[in-house]
Parts: sequence; C-alpha cells; structure tokens
Amino acid sequence: MQKSLLLYTLITLVGLVFIGRLFQLQIVRGESYDPIHNSAVEKKFDYPERGYVYDRNGKLLIANQLSYDVMVQPNKVTPLDTLEFCKLLKITKEDFYKRFNRSVKFASYKPSVFLKQLAKEDFAFLQEKLHKYKGFFIQKRIIRDYPFKSAANVVGYISEVNNQLAKSSTYYEQGELIGKAGIEKQYELFLRGTKGKKYFRKNKLNNIVGSFKNGAYDTLPENGKDLTLTLDLDLQQFGEKLMQNKRGGIVAIEPATGEILALVTAPSYDPNMMVGRKRSSNSVVLMDPDNLEKPTYDRGLKASYPPGSPFKMMNALIGLQEGVIDVNTTFKCFHGYRYGSRKGEFMGCHCNIYNRPISLKTAIAKSCNSYFSNTYKRIVEKDNKPSKGLDSWANHVKSFGLGNYLGYDLPQGSPGFIPIGKYYDDAYRYSWNASTNISNAIGQGEVQTTPIQLANFTAAIANKGYFYTPHILKKVNGKPIDNPNFTEKKVTSIKQEHFDPVIEAMHEVFKTGTGSGVKVKGIDICGKTGTSENYAVVDGKRIKLEDHSILVAFAPKDNPKIAIAIFVENGGYGSRIAAPITSLMIEKYLNGKISEATKYRETNMLNISLKSEYDKLIPKKEEEIASGTK
Amino acid sequence: MRQERNNIFVGVDWLLVILFVVLVGFGWLNIYSASKSEEDLEILSFSTKYGKQLIFICLTIPLIVLILFFNSKFYEKFSSILYIISLLSLVGLFLFGKTINGATSWYNFGVLGLQPSEFVKAFTALAVAKLLSDRQYNFKLVKNQVKAFFIIFLPAFLIILQPDAGSALIYLSFFFVLHREGLTLYYIIIGLAIVVLFLLTILFGTTIVLSTLLGLITVFTAYIVYKGGKRFLRFNWYKIIGVYLIVTVFVLGTGFSYNNVFKQHHRDRFEILLGLKQDNQGIGYNSYQSELTISSGGISGKGFLKGDLTQGDFVPEQHTDYIFSVIGEEWGFLGGSLVIILFMLMMYRIIYLSETHTNKFGRIYGYSLASILFFHVIVNVGMVIGLLPTVGIPLPFFSYGGSSLWGFTILLFIFIRLDAHKKYDW
Repeated sequence: MQKSLLLYTLITLVGLVFIGRLFQLQIVRGESYDPIHNSAVEKKFDYPERGYVYDRNGKLLIANQLSYDVMVQPNKVTPLDTLEFCKLLKITKEDFYKRFNRSVKFASYKPSVFLKQLAKEDFAFLQEKLHKYKGFFIQKRIIRDYPFKSAANVVGYISEVNNQLAKSSTYYEQGELIGKAGIEKQYELFLRGTKGKKYFRKNKLNNIVGSFKNGAYDTLPENGKDLTLTLDLDLQQFGEKLMQNKRGGIVAIEPATGEILALVTAPSYDPNMMVGRKRSSNSVVLMDPDNLEKPTYDRGLKASYPPGSPFKMMNALIGLQEGVIDVNTTFKCFHGYRYGSRKGEFMGCHCNIYNRPISLKTAIAKSCNSYFSNTYKRIVEKDNKPSKGLDSWANHVKSFGLGNYLGYDLPQGSPGFIPIGKYYDDAYRYSWNASTNISNAIGQGEVQTTPIQLANFTAAIANKGYFYTPHILKKVNGKPIDNPNFTEKKVTSIKQEHFDPVIEAMHEVFKTGTGSGVKVKGIDICGKTGTSENYAVVDGKRIKLEDHSILVAFAPKDNPKIAIAIFVENGGYGSRIAAPITSLMIEKYLNGKISEATKYRETNMLNISLKSEYDKLIPKKEEEIASGTK
Repeated sequence: MRQERNNIFVGVDWLLVILFVVLVGFGWLNIYSASKSEEDLEILSFSTKYGKQLIFICLTIPLIVLILFFNSKFYEKFSSILYIISLLSLVGLFLFGKTINGATSWYNFGVLGLQPSEFVKAFTALAVAKLLSDRQYNFKLVKNQVKAFFIIFLPAFLIILQPDAGSALIYLSFFFVLHREGLTLYYIIIGLAIVVLFLLTILFGTTIVLSTLLGLITVFTAYIVYKGGKRFLRFNWYKIIGVYLIVTVFVLGTGFSYNNVFKQHHRDRFEILLGLKQDNQGIGYNSYQSELTISSGGISGKGFLKGDLTQGDFVPEQHTDYIFSVIGEEWGFLGGSLVIILFMLMMYRIIYLSETHTNKFGRIYGYSLASILFFHVIVNVGMVIGLLPTVGIPLPFFSYGGSSLWGFTILLFIFIRLDAHKKYDW
C-alpha cells in the first residue's frame, strides 16, 4: 500500500490543481466575463437619426440628408477595367490603387469605404453601372445638412471621432460621428440619441449564423432630440450681411431671459463646407493658423479686448454704489486728467466741456475721461489700502459676469480679465495707487472683456441689476429648458436705483451724443460707443492700426427687448460702423424690417469694406510673392 | 462454479464499467456539440464526426466481448507476441503509413484510419507486466533495469520517428510502474529536476540559471566541507566535480538544443505557456481561444449545444484534443470538475484493485493502465486549461477518434478481465 501512495497523492494533487485552475478560469475570471464581448458574437449598431435644430421661430437650421458611399469588399473584387471604372468615379488610376490598397490593408473580407459621399447626380448614374464591378456597392449614409448657409459658429459641425476617444469611450466606435464644434458639440448627447445594438452569433469565418440569445441583449435605437435655439435666424443673417467685408462680432441678448438672439462673427463660412467630400480640404483652409481671417474663431465669444468707454458705466455704477459719488457729483475736466506730476502722466480727454463742472449724466453722454478717472480714484482710494479698494471694485465688476467664463452653452470662450488688488501688489511690490492703473477708469489698461460679456453687462443694465446667463438652447423636443444655470436670475452687487441715472445718460448718447446720427423713429435706444487702441507687429515692426470700435446698446429704453454688443476690428470711431450696425440690428429685431427712411444705412454698411485696413496685417514678403505671380 | 466461469461477465468490476460508459457517453455528447452543424441530421452516419464516433462507440461492444472472452492466462502468455506484433505495426507505418500533418502515424482503410500508436500502449503494458512479474526478475540489477527501459522505450522511439513526440511522451508514465516495482525514486526525481531545469533555462536564459546553480552548489559544498571537514572533501571530490560538470553540460545543452534542435513551433508552444510570447491571433490562438471558451462557461455552463464559442467553431481541433473546452463552456465549472473527479475515481479504483491483486502480472498491468491514463489526463487537460504546453494527445474516452477510443477500451478491459479473474483461481 505504501508504494501506491505516490500515485494516489499525485492523482489527488493534479486533480485539485486542475479543479483550482477551472475555478480560477470559470469563477474568478468568468464572473467578469462579458458574454457579449466575445469573438462568437457580432455586434451591429442601429444608428438613430440625429436630432434636428430649429431657430426660435421654427426655421430649420440643421437637418439631415442622404449621402452615398461607394463601398468595396476586396476579396469579392474580380478583375475589372480600371480605366473605365476610374472614369465612372471621376478619380485617377493612382488614386484608385491607393484607395484599393487601403481597403485591402484594412480587411479584405470586410467592406470598407472606397469613395465617400458621392454627389447625388453621380449616384443615380453610378447605380446603373456599378453592378458590373463585383465587390463594389453603394451604401446609404445620413449626413448633416445646413439649409441656411449661416451661423456656422453656432451650429458647428460633426466629424469622425478621433482614435483616442474611440479607444477610451464606452460609446463611440471608430468611424462614428461626433459633434466637434458649436451646438453639434455642446448638445451632442441630446442630438445623437442612443444607438441601438443587435447581437448576432457568428462562426470563425465571420459568417452570421443567427441572433444571439434570441435578442435578449439587443437594444432599440433612441432617436436624437430636436433642439430649438434662442437664435433669431433673420436677425442672425442680417447681422452677418452687415458685417460682410469686416471683421468682428455682434452679440444680441434678450435681457429678460438671457436668450442669445444673434451671435455673429465675421468673417464666417458656410457650414456645409464641413459636410461631404470636400470636408477635409475645406477644413484645412478654414483652420489654417496662417489665415488671418480666422473664420472658425468666434469673435463674439472669444475676442478679448479692453472694453473702452462702455466700461465707464461700470465705474459710474460702482461709484454710486460705493457712495463715492452721487447723481449730483461734478468734476472739472482740464482737457484731460493729470494723474501724476511727471511729464506724460496725463490722460487726454475730448469731451469738449473743459474747465467747468460736469455731471454724471453728461460725463457718460460725452464720454469724459476726467470724470471717471476721478471716480475710479475715489473708489480705489476709499480704503487706506488701494488693494482693498480695488478688490471691492473688482467684486462689483465680477458680479456682472466679467472676468470669468460666463457659463453660456457654447463650447468656445474666453474669460477676459479683471485685475484684483493682489495683481498690482505683485506687479508693483505693494507700492501703487489708483494712478498706477488709472486706465481701468476708462476701460483701457488691464481690463479685458469679450463681446458676449459686454452684451450681458448691457443686459444687466437694461434689467437694472440682474441678468440671466446667456444661452443658446431654448427647447429640447419642444420642452423649454429647465437648467437652473439659465433659468435663475443672477443679481449684481449694484442697487437698482443706481441704474436709472446711468440709463438716462445712455439714452442721451443716442439722443445727442455719439449715437445721435443713427436714431430710429419710434425706438428709444440707450447705448455707449467706445474704441480700443491696437497695435500689431508686422514684418518685425510695431505699427498702430485703426482703433477697434465697440458699442453696447439696448432698446427700447422701457421694457428692453434686446441688448447688444458689437465689436468691429479696426472699425475706427464707434459712430462710423458700430453705431449704424447696432441701430439697424435693433430696428430689424424690434420692427421686423428696415424702414425706407433708414434703408440708406443698410446700403452704406453693405458697401463698407475694411479690407485695405486688414491687408496691412499681411506680411510684405507674402504680398511680394503674390504680386510676383500675377 | 463451472457455469459461472463460462459467463464472461463474472467478476467484472462494474464500477469501472459504469465509469467507462459515463465517460464515453458524455464524451460523445460533447463531440456531437463540437461537430454538429445545421445541415446534418443523420446521427449514425460516416458523413459526420459525431456519426462516425457513435459507430466507433458501438463497435467497442464486440471488442469488449472479445477481450472478456479470452482467459486471463491468454494475456499473460501471449503478451510478448502481442507486443512484437504491435511493434511491427509501428515499423509497418514507415512502409504503408499515411502522412497527415507531417506525421506518418496512420494506416488508411478507406473511411477508417487506424493509428497503431494508440494500441501499442496496451501491449507495451502487457509486455512490461510480463517482464516485471517474472519471479527471476530482480530490479536491483542494472541489466534488468535496462531490459525494462528497452521494452518501454522501443515503441516510444518508433513513435518519435513518425514523428509524434506527444504520443511518445506517454511512455514516461511507465516510470510510475517501475517505481512501484522497486525502481529507485531517483529516476523520477532526476526526471522532474530535468524538467524544472529545462523550464528555468528557457525562462531566464542559460547564463543566469547556470551561474545561479553553480553558485548554489558552491555554497552548499562549502557548507558541507565546513561541517564535515576535509575528510569529506577527500572522499567525495569526484562527486562534486561530477555535479558541476553535469549541471553545466545540462544547462548549456538545454540552451543549445532549445535554440538549435527544437523547431520553431516547439519553442513557440513553450514561450506562449511561460508568457514569454503573446500572440492570441497567431501561434497562441489555440490556447487563447481554449482558455477564453472555458472561462465563458462560468459556474454551470451555457448548456448543451448552447456554447457560442463551441457552436461558432472558434476552438480548433475541438472535437479531438480540445474536447475539454466544450465541457468547460457548455457544462461550466461543475461539469469540468465532475469529469476530472470521474477520471480521478477511475484511477483510484484501478490502483485500488491492482493492489488487491495477488498476482504480480495483474498488479503491474493495472498500474501501467492507471499511469497511462494519469499521464494522458495531465497532458491533455493541462494543455486545454492553459497549464501545460501544446502537446497533441487525446483525452481518454472523450476525444474523437476510433483508434484512441479502442486503444483505451482495450487497455481498460484487459485490466477488467485480469481483475475479474483474480477473484478466482489462477
């Protein structure tokens, strides 16, 4: 018996090891084993239709259209007349081999795209002929269609997911489409819906042999949701037209709701350029970093510049709130404001009311630099420490949504910049006072804002002290949005009463001031023009260019319906381009049309081109090359 | 009494017969699952794998009757002749054999192919039993040891020439038998050491293994010399040098033969098992799919004919060498464990019965049977569950194939015959 012990023991041992291994494989590992991720199961997706997008008046902004791809399954291809085939597809022979080899490399027993998105007329013709070519067939696909060739910056575009995302995501697979910009990106989850899954059993030859577990794991596709935007397409298109041959942005907001009525950036592009066969070559042009027009850069959301004179209203409001001035406070202007004893420490002013007291209302209407320098100095120096004064100033400013991302629902943006006490403490080692950064008084200096922030600031003035975060989405599948970020009031740190004198003064601007040239009969416009100096380095030389013009306005004065901010690169004085465009936009929105009396303004604006100004930015060398080839 | 002796089933160990029936029956169900396709409807037909296997199974009945019909004495008396005939059948392969997959292991008779190596095991076992049971036989004599080795390794050698290294490997199982009959355990220990050293050498390379081993031996020797003094050194210096030499030659030899004598597909098998290489789509596909298939079964399996991976034909050679993966997928951990336990029971029973034999011949034969079964199960199941490298030998009673089935039927039922008789007189 003793001698048999060895074999008994070994048999027992091996048996236990084997059962242990089975335990490890089938219970430890089997638990996490997903029956669906299995080479015997093929997953097929049922793609839902992507949601449609409408403007606030129900006009279709984004739709879907059918597209036709030529597919190829290399192992089914029989020898063919390449020359004739290439002619049919309008490709070269080299291109044919390149594409074919790519498909072979991908998998010769699986169909892959040979030629993407045929033109509709090509499709009809091809369908008749293609049966001759074994292994080639046509597959229908749904692609996006943008019936109105505008608001490219808002609608955005879709394209194939990148490899990285396809790998890390649990939803997206290689070759699927995803929103890459604008609404398409922001509301991807609403628009895409949920794709359905169907599982099939297959054998090792990849042939499907039946459904997997009678469809127990299958899911139905869920269609994308239709979105209604706050955008007013008519106003949007009108704004885009007015901005032709100019660079800049217009942001129009409904003050009572924060709904974005128009978000114009110029120059822009036709969103259909990002659809179809020419997509990739178009996107190269559009996204070329050397393209100074930057058509994919949303100037309304991203252009961050010193706000200029419209910021004077901010300082007026803060001054009133902090009690350093009241409606009767007057300052004298001596052709400017001397903030230091040294030569050059002087800020000029062109208010034309010199050496006599100026009231707040006049100061805003005439845009007096001295008045607001005095006010700003009082605000900052209210406390014995300037950083403390500046901090409370900055808090007031930030309560208008300036100095940080506003939180609107579009995937582009810029925070702007509002300095706080620490910023100057660090820069000047605690030795500074209001004079050090006196330019903040008139919206120059360190302060930076974007047009949408200014539009929101204007809406907050129109509302006398509160705003709703600007947003572009109005309804999802017909149901109004309930995102508290957009439906809850944000209150500024300025009391309501302080807005009245400021609004009166803004009204004065369009009655007698810089906006008086663009009055619209029957509409009381309140606003403020401004300019922002700018320089550029071209060919290694720093040159001063025409000022950017800026304008903020709202209308009507009572019960405001639209707040607007406009920014025109190198537009010069606000009254030249910004004011007429603002007035036209307001008239269009409030009256629905441009009256005969103001039609000339529209014509004027359409005719103005700033191309010669922008050409100064083009490096000379390139120009020489360009002229040399002529 | 006389009447009973005419009845061939008298004294048959029914437990073994039941285990045989269960294993073969369950095996056929799994072959059916692995090889069925939608179109085939006929069960008893030469056109399908499972149909053929069913015919093979039916044919075991006359075979069993025939085996039981002969007297125990017959097997003892004719063992040498049977052994020689079986050797001739192996030699004959080189003249009349059919080459499949590079190995000349088959005789071809139209629809039926026979693989003699599956039968030779049984007759080698008889020959070994005959030799060792001889009263004159003394295992202490090296001459006798060599005789035994010769009987065992002659068929193995002929099989290697086919070449079918997997089937030849099985003959190592006779070491258990020799050990039982008095061969020193050193052979098995040395054998194991060789295997371990071989694997270590592949894993870590000759330089590291050799330097580590020589270092260890030096430390060990130094310790003994320190303990035992110079006296020990004086008497054993040749042994020490011998150990150094053997280890060096073996490790270097392993390295050399692994890289120069082994074929690439052999190296691949080892390297995949040891995790040195990963190629789930190429050379490692079988093992990878097999493990995946078994894992997917879970605790209780997906059910008969419901294993997607089995039905999708993802595991190559699933009805033959990889049959255990069907059990794993469709019958789960419970089914797989049950099969292992059934095999263990069968082996325990055979060893137990062998030990009760008063007759040496029966005992040695029984031991050979148990050892051969043991080796087959280890190598086959170990491969399928990813513990051992790929070696193509069948799972006894389960794997598809007439030769294998009949070979094991002969092996088992000769033992049952011998065992039935021991209760009577010899």
